[in-house]
Amino acid sequence: MAKQFPYIGNSEIEQEAILEYLGIKSAEDLFVDIPKEYRDSNLSEIPSSISEMQLVEHLTLLSEKNINPNPSKSFIGAGAYHHYIPSTVLSLAQRGEYLTSYTPYQAEVSQGTLQVTYELQSLITELYGMDVANAGMYEGGSSLAEAALMACRVKNIYKVACLSTIAPRYKEVLRSYLAPQSIEIVFMDTNDVDMKKDEYACLIVQYPNFYGSIEDMRALSDTAHKSNSLFVVSADPLAAVMYKAPGDYGADIVVGEGQGLGIPISFGGPYIGLFACKSEYLRQMPGRIVGKTVDKRGDSAFVLTLQTREQHIRRERATSNICTSEALMGLMMTIYVATLGKSGLQQVASSCFHNAHYAAEQISQIDGFELINSQPFFNEFVIACPISPKIINKKLIEVGIIGGLDISDQIDNGILFCFTEIHSKESIDSLVDNLKHVN
Amino acid sequence: MSEYNKMPLLMDLSRKDKFGVSLSDIDVPLSELPESSLLREDIQLPELSQLDVVRYFTNLSQMNYSIDTQFYPLGSCTMKYNPKINDQLASLKGFSNIHPLIEESLVQGSLELMFNLQSYLSNISGMTATSLSTMAGAQGELAGVLMIKAFHEKQSTSSKRNVILIPDSAHGTNPASASMAGFSVKSIPSDQNGNMDIDVLKENANENLAGIMLTLPSTLGLFDNQIVDICNIVHEAGGLVYGDGANMNAWMGQTKLGDLGFDVIHINLHKTFSTPHGGGGPGSGPVCVNDTLLNYLPGPVVQRNSNVYEFVEMPDTIGHLGAFHGNFGVLVRAYCYIRALGKEGIPEVSKNAVMNANYIMNKLKHAYDIGFDNRSICMHEVVFTARKQKQNGVKGLDIAKRLLDYGYHAPTMYFPLIVDEALMVEPTESESKNTLDKFIDAMLQIADECENNSELLHEAPHNTPVQRLDEALAARQPNLKWSTK
Ligand SMILES: Cc1ncc(COP(=O)(O)O)c(C=O)c1O
Repeated sequence: MAKQFPYIGNSEIEQEAILEYLGIKSAEDLFVDIPKEYRDSNLSEIPSSISEMQLVEHLTLLSEKNINPNPSKSFIGAGAYHHYIPSTVLSLAQRGEYLTSYTPYQAEVSQGTLQVTYELQSLITELYGMDVANAGMYEGGSSLAEAALMACRVKNIYKVACLSTIAPRYKEVLRSYLAPQSIEIVFMDTNDVDMKKDEYACLIVQYPNFYGSIEDMRALSDTAHKSNSLFVVSADPLAAVMYKAPGDYGADIVVGEGQGLGIPISFGGPYIGLFACKSEYLRQMPGRIVGKTVDKRGDSAFVLTLQTREQHIRRERATSNICTSEALMGLMMTIYVATLGKSGLQQVASSCFHNAHYAAEQISQIDGFELINSQPFFNEFVIACPISPKIINKKLIEVGIIGGLDISDQIDNGILFCFTEIHSKESIDSLVDNLKHVN
Repeated sequence: MSEYNKMPLLMDLSRKDKFGVSLSDIDVPLSELPESSLLREDIQLPELSQLDVVRYFTNLSQMNYSIDTQFYPLGSCTMKYNPKINDQLASLKGFSNIHPLIEESLVQGSLELMFNLQSYLSNISGMTATSLSTMAGAQGELAGVLMIKAFHEKQSTSSKRNVILIPDSAHGTNPASASMAGFSVKSIPSDQNGNMDIDVLKENANENLAGIMLTLPSTLGLFDNQIVDICNIVHEAGGLVYGDGANMNAWMGQTKLGDLGFDVIHINLHKTFSTPHGGGGPGSGPVCVNDTLLNYLPGPVVQRNSNVYEFVEMPDTIGHLGAFHGNFGVLVRAYCYIRALGKEGIPEVSKNAVMNANYIMNKLKHAYDIGFDNRSICMHEVVFTARKQKQNGVKGLDIAKRLLDYGYHAPTMYFPLIVDEALMVEPTESESKNTLDKFIDAMLQIADECENNSELLHEAPHNTPVQRLDEALAARQPNLKWSTK
């Protein structure tokens, strides 16, 4: 008997029955449209099939070649965050009814996904203080790039202003998305924003910025609006639980990374890009949107709506090419927020704030370590160290601590530290103790 | 059934001072808060007990159709079985708890997995190299056309090659991606066999041609047997050939697009390589290139240097399209799928996918017309047209909705656009003849209903949690979030 594969539905007997029905001897006859000389099944790079047990063994070994992760001893953030994820999130999001369904085009049999998405949109608008939100983009970086493209469409101006304090990785994504459409990006220092009227489609600001600081949002928003540009904010949704929502400052488009709200850090993905805007720009928004309506009986129900913006209808004139995005991550975020609830989320934000501020104070008391941030911050800050961050991080690793992100390419001997509710006084004190002895 | 429709929202269930998980107390000395003008006054979020949360999301889930519960013959989407073990392994702490920016020497396991996956995908597609960083099919497409653009610009800074040709049967993301890359899009018609109209291609193979975006097999489920000629015509005119790999389930282990003349393709791991769709993502859309475009791959790419793995950027890279390294959790699942099947299993997948589609086509071709009926075989999917049923006043939509009553997910409707009343059925290799036979019975019964009881179809579905929706109302009066009290 030929080898059987558990993911293939037909037994050999069934395969033969199908061939017999089709009146052919072998499945080869079904591939005759492929030019004969191009029939090629050489898969020499791929090992032979292995059992499920061998697979578990193999992947476990591979995962053990990575550092043994201990989030409470890890102090790196910079756009991806270690947080505690309650049991409800994975156990509910792994339900096959969510996990193995497609995009909810058939609304009658997709009310689960659709209603969750409506909840997600609601949560995003509340967190950001905005009118409307979509069902999510790939992740924070591309979400910001799409916001810039949208601003250009809205204003019909193909030049954007951007604070130089946004994440370097976000700058890179912006360039990759904007340059091909010949959109110029002008980076400006926070204290030196100079925008002529009608010159820029938008001003882009990160909140808190890459270095952890809260920018002067009121002034920046005024500057953008005075020059007839949109105010585009890339905001940490958790920071916006404690600090004012970007919408409170009159932001026109708000985007951000949703990973911190219940999504595993997973070496960088899958995450979810959040995307919200003022309702006047709704029809320029990229991505899917779920709306509430009624069914034939008049009962309320949910459906994908405003689809004439999207690629499957509008094709080359669509607001974006995005199709499959990150629905499952949106589900996880929704379960996370529902589980923590108002008080829980406020406590997590508060815990991030206090842990970070305690740590900043302790670290900056060590000889030679200096806190760089002069503006208020949330849960990240920059420390200028007396010696190279490379050496410091190496020594920390020896005692099982993952230090902050080395940003000495931007700030002399700079490390960007991050603290969340996952840390305790004990873990922070242990970091501080070890920093005392690196010199 | 009607209680389903009254599924309350989180905010309706919310009661003051409830919460669903206990958190650790803050144990550091409290710091002074920033001035209050910077702080938020209030936020409206749901307040629920843990059981409230569990019941809410469990009940909602039961209003979905899914692969785990139903046959899901959704054409172009490759709704195959998503192995459970792959989810488990992607959740191993050594993968799921790793920060993306820690030093490469500490994440050699993840990099080794990515390196091997790159080489497996290059091998299957017949390409030189692969970047795993793009996060869905459409983003892979964007990366592909951006590479084509960068290539022409490198050849000549004053390149006038600004036209991308796209067959009229193409998926909407193709033209949308080309225009996001700053190209102008020109559509090429299909001939009466569902192949590309070569004469129109030749007319457009000129000094403005940047490239062509092809789907193979086409979205009609047909393998264009002129493919090698098409690639040659484009190359001779100085253009490059992009392949939309969404339909790879038809050909993996049977042929290689790299050999056929494609310069770049994207692969949908969330289709061909069994990673779950999650109700609309996460996906992953790696791009594979030949030597011509090798230097342009989006970053990062994993390389091996004397048994040490590291992230590198290609010299002429189009840059990064995301902040980190792509959807790693999805990559783990695709890697597991390939290792479980091995080189022996992969050709069996495409073979069974194609056999199953042909079985359905032949069983149903007397009841439903086929989009392009002068082809006797299809690849992994078959596109029917409801033009016969239309004479009884029944639309493709009605048939699709009626299938929901029979407990099947609907086929893809009204795509590709060039087939009237299209119903696109893709069974995948996961399904057995047994399941297909029951589905075929349902389709035949529905064909019968079209003739004898068409009212039933206009009103369908009848047995689902909700009935047909007022889509016009949704668009006219957008209600996109709950209102806070
Ligand atoms: C033929 C084809 N091309 C491209 C895509 C886009 O892929 P994605 O949804 O992953 O962006 C799809 C699926 O949606 C497709 O069916």
